[in-house]
Amino acid sequence: MNRIGKFIVLDILKNKIILVYTLILAVLSWGVFSLEDNSTKGLLTLLNVVLLTVPLVSVIFSTIYIYNSSEFIELLLSQPIRRSKIWLSLFFGLSISLLLAFLIGAGIPILVYAPLDIGGMMLLVGIFITVVFVAIAFLSSIATRDKAKGIGIAILLWMFFALLFDGLILFMSFQFADYPIEKIMVVVTAFNPIDLARILILLHLDVSAMMGYTGAIFKDFFGNQVGIIAAFTILLLWVAVPFIISLRKFRRKDL
Amino acid sequence: MIEINNLSKHFSKLKVLNNVSLSCNQGECIALIGPNGCGKTTLIKCILGMVIPTEGTIKYKDILIEDTYEYRKYIGYMPQIGRYPDNMSIGQILDMIKEIRKTDMQLDDDLFYQFQLKDILFKKMRTLSGGTTQKVSATLAFLFNPEVLILDEPTAGLDPLASEILKEKIIAEKKKGKLILITSHLLSELDDLVTQIIFMQDGNVKFHKTVDELKTSTGEEKISKAIAHILKNNN
Amino acid sequence: MKYKLTILLSVLVQFYSFATTYEVGHNKPFKSIKSALKNVKNGDSLLVYEGVYKEGNIVINKEIKLIGKNYPVLDGQKKFEILSVKSANTLICGFRVQHSGYATLDDPGAIKVYDSHNVTIRDNILDDNFFGIYLQYCRNCIVKNNQIQAYGIEEQQIGNGIHCWKSDSLQIIANKISGHRDGIYFEFVTNSIIWRNISTGNIRYGLHFMFSNNDSYITNVFKNNGAGVSVMFTKNVKMINNTFEENWGDAAYGLFLKEISDSYIFGNHFIKNTSAIHMEGTSRIKVERNVFESNGWGMKIQASCMDNEVTANNFIGNTFDISTNGSLVLNTFNGNYWDKYEGYDLDRNHIGDVPYHPLSLFSVIVENNPPAMLLFRSFMVSLLDKSEKMIPSLTPDNFVDNTPLMHSLGL
Repeated sequence: MNRIGKFIVLDILKNKIILVYTLILAVLSWGVFSLEDNSTKGLLTLLNVVLLTVPLVSVIFSTIYIYNSSEFIELLLSQPIRRSKIWLSLFFGLSISLLLAFLIGAGIPILVYAPLDIGGMMLLVGIFITVVFVAIAFLSSIATRDKAKGIGIAILLWMFFALLFDGLILFMSFQFADYPIEKIMVVVTAFNPIDLARILILLHLDVSAMMGYTGAIFKDFFGNQVGIIAAFTILLLWVAVPFIISLRKFRRKDL
Repeated sequence: MIEINNLSKHFSKLKVLNNVSLSCNQGECIALIGPNGCGKTTLIKCILGMVIPTEGTIKYKDILIEDTYEYRKYIGYMPQIGRYPDNMSIGQILDMIKEIRKTDMQLDDDLFYQFQLKDILFKKMRTLSGGTTQKVSATLAFLFNPEVLILDEPTAGLDPLASEILKEKIIAEKKKGKLILITSHLLSELDDLVTQIIFMQDGNVKFHKTVDELKTSTGEEKISKAIAHILKNNN
Repeated sequence: MKYKLTILLSVLVQFYSFATTYEVGHNKPFKSIKSALKNVKNGDSLLVYEGVYKEGNIVINKEIKLIGKNYPVLDGQKKFEILSVKSANTLICGFRVQHSGYATLDDPGAIKVYDSHNVTIRDNILDDNFFGIYLQYCRNCIVKNNQIQAYGIEEQQIGNGIHCWKSDSLQIIANKISGHRDGIYFEFVTNSIIWRNISTGNIRYGLHFMFSNNDSYITNVFKNNGAGVSVMFTKNVKMINNTFEENWGDAAYGLFLKEISDSYIFGNHFIKNTSAIHMEGTSRIKVERNVFESNGWGMKIQASCMDNEVTANNFIGNTFDISTNGSLVLNTFNGNYWDKYEGYDLDRNHIGDVPYHPLSLFSVIVENNPPAMLLFRSFMVSLLDKSEKMIPSLTPDNFVDNTPLMHSLGL
């Protein structure tokens, strides 16, 4: 890791919020697994953590941190350092710190309690979701100079992906219930990283139901190796595209 | 050393710099002066690559700065208001910059000792007064023995003692043949420092003259008076 | 062993006086089964020794015992029906019967029994046949301990493992069937029992059951069949202690019930099926002490069902416990354990104090609009479900278990 990244990671790890985040994840995860007598129920609770809490914390914490780093960025900019290196270091620093928090907080109990295939998928998906929403934070914080606006955009994006998007899909599925829209819906999910993540876990968690009717179509698509690779490629794009857009803007940004 | 050609910068509709062309050379100590909002700081930030110009080019030693970041090795920059990560201490900031630069060069820590920063190394940046922050900025600017020093309002906020230390330092560096670019409102302070004056107004360079030229053309002994003279005549 | 001896003894005692045993084998008096058959009379035995017999269609029309030693192979060369039994009181055991003819018109089987009674087919291995064992117009027959396997790929190009048609008082016991169209097929078969069979990996149904009244099937395993088990147009069936497992797929059911009445489903295990039980037009069925675990849908009860009782079952880890397509509820739920139940038990009688509504809003939505399944477990959907649980408005409020158990039954 480069030196700037190291400074950022060390700085974030000293941050109390990240410690609290780790702690909450840990308490939640150990809690649900030891309270519930079957691990499936615990996994369901954790699924919501991975799909709601993780992206929310990732996107808001990152956005705020980026805004708060403006001095740091300014200081570094007067030094002989490439702009993209600063931005990348910040991205890696944030991703690594949040991933550490997630893996320590939720990862260990998942590995201890959950069956390996579901647990592994959940960890993988949690890792991707974390990084995707760090990337989205970069996009929302480069979009405006105003910190309050930037955080607002971040929260709105999170709300859109976590809540509104599904509502829209539900509405659409009713509107077009008479048409064969299953395949289109599979494509539409690619536009929401949270949905993509959820379906990847669903295919392991509710494997019996996913074998039936429409589920079969999703299973056909996401269940085989090509589908899983495609899904993770799309998730990777969800990391790359927002970040690269933000990077391009950052290179032209006046400080 | 620094060639600026037809530089313009627009912030949406606001034209902050308007077709500025300048040439600054080794051994010169240039005062960049002008009323508030005339574009001094923007010009400096353009030179440092912190603000991307709308039009025009800046060359450092014949290399376009948009192509490179290496040239910043040779520039020491002291910002008008230094902004530093809040929860880092002075020591950490200095260590971090040193580590990032990782240079074999002999470090110039004169200011570090003269400002007695050693005794307050552990202090967090957010607890520092404006003056102390400026001391840190100044120390950083001179630390790597840069060929060019760009000082944005260097003495603002410094107590007279520190201000004097800094001035001594600037003079010392000037004697080493470095290019020094200073912006300041306190024209009286510049008298024994600068060799050239760039006067800016509304994003334009009004004139770029040596101090001697200025004094002879206006018949004034002091820079401040000379400038005042010009402004009066213009209006 | 003891069992076999008794049979042998009783057979010997009964026929000793006039029964002859003929031997078939390459160094025996008869080289082929057909030539031996010409000499037999009722009550005789035919002992067939190891070897491969490719004799086309062998018709048995005497009341004999056809016994294979060390699994002699009867090969139909993919052209012939291999054994056609047209006599009563016949035993066929110990053969390896393979490669029967393939035809869709006259349904050739490895062993086919025509209009007969008291025929026993046991301890045979049937490999790669069109139909395995085929009984029509039979009474009092026993099919036992046979291993029946085929390698069908398409439904139209393979027959059933054990096919029974218009028969009565059959015993289908301890057979293992795989790779056929239907593992066991019953149509117009009455007063019969299907016991301890294992039917796995068949293309369509593990058990296909129609117009067959007063039958029982007990302690069978139906696993990983294309569409599970289907029981239709029948009354008075007892389904006890069977295992329905991993019947996965679009339109796959652990147990598909259509137009069934007065039947009893007791002590079965439904595990990892897409739909454990799907009921259509069923009435007066009692579903008791079964385990529904890790299924996509525990029970799909269509609105055409009435007077069914669902009592004392465990519902554990199913995606949906119950689903229905209408709002009319004419069935009752009592004393089941639902792992999704979140009520409390203040009086400590192990029965939850709050009634449980097993029908989730989302299961109703998915029933009407299957693609919505894509949204399952999204926050939006959980929110909908939670609010519906608190104020039921779309799901029928009499779809309720008033005495849900706090702890699972030991089943």
